[in-house]
Amino acid sequence: MNLRRSVTLWIILYIFWYILSGYHTPLLLTFGAIACTISVWIAHRMDVLDQEGNPIHLTLKIIPYWFWLGGEIIKANFELAKMLLSPKLEISPVMFKMKTELTNELDRVIYANSLTLTPITITVEQEGDELEVHALTVKAAQDILGRDMERRVKNINDGWEG
Amino acid sequence: MILDVLSWIFLLLGGAFVIIGAIGMLRLPDVFSRSHAAGMVDTFGAGMIVLGLMLQTGGINLILFKLVLILFFIFFTSPAANYALVRAALADGAKPILKEGVDLQSSEKEEGAKPL
Repeated sequence: MNLRRSVTLWIILYIFWYILSGYHTPLLLTFGAIACTISVWIAHRMDVLDQEGNPIHLTLKIIPYWFWLGGEIIKANFELAKMLLSPKLEISPVMFKMKTELTNELDRVIYANSLTLTPITITVEQEGDELEVHALTVKAAQDILGRDMERRVKNINDGWEG
Repeated sequence: MILDVLSWIFLLLGGAFVIIGAIGMLRLPDVFSRSHAAGMVDTFGAGMIVLGLMLQTGGINLILFKLVLILFFIFFTSPAANYALVRAALADGAKPILKEGVDLQSSEKEEGAKPL
C-alpha cells in the first residue's frame, strides 16, 4: 500500500519537475530523479504518505465530478454577476450549520472546498461532521440543503473505506 | 484564427468577471458577502484568463502544461485562502449581516438530516 503511494508520488513529482524545468539533458534528468527520490523519502519520514497526502484512490472517479463542478461554478458565477450588476442588489445572506453525512475527512474537505469554489456559497467553518455555511441567497442555501452536491461527493469515494 | 477569437473571448470574459467581482467587493455590505465576490475573481476570472492564455500557446508544449498547473493550483488554493480569511474575520468578532426571519432548519429536517 505504502509502496504504491510512494511510487505514484514519485511519478507525479517527476512529471511536475519536468514540466517546470523543461530540461532534456541526461545529467539534469538524473538530478531531477534524485530530487524526487529525496522528496518521497522525506514525505515518507514525515508520515504524510496517507490517503490524505496522496489520494490515489479517487484519481479517476473525481474527473467527472470536476466537470460537473465546473458547470456548477460557471452557472453560479453568471448568477452572481447578474446579482451584482442589478441596480437593486437582491441579496439575502444567510448563515447556517448543517450536519454532513460524509464520513471520511477527505470527502468533507472536497465538499467544503467545492462549496467555497461555487461563488454564492462559502464554507465558514468545518468541525467534525458539522459544516457552517454562508450563502448569499436563500435559494442557494436551500440548494445546499437539497444535498445534491453532497451525494455526488459521496459517489466519488463509494465503496472505499479509510 | 478561430483559436485567436476563442482565446480573446475567454480573456475578455475573464477580464469582465474580474471587474464585476471588484464592483461586487464595493457594493456588498460585509466581509462575508464580499468574500463571495472575491471568490468569483480568483476562480472564474483568473480561470477564464488562464484558459484564454492556454489557447495562445500555439500547440501542445511545456507552456501549455505550466498554465494547466497554474489553473489547477488556483482551484486548489483559493478555497483554502477564502476559508482562512472568513475564519479570521469570525475569530476577530465580525458579525455577518444576515436576512432576518429565514427558517432553513425546518427544511433540513424534511430532507432527512441526522438529528444532532
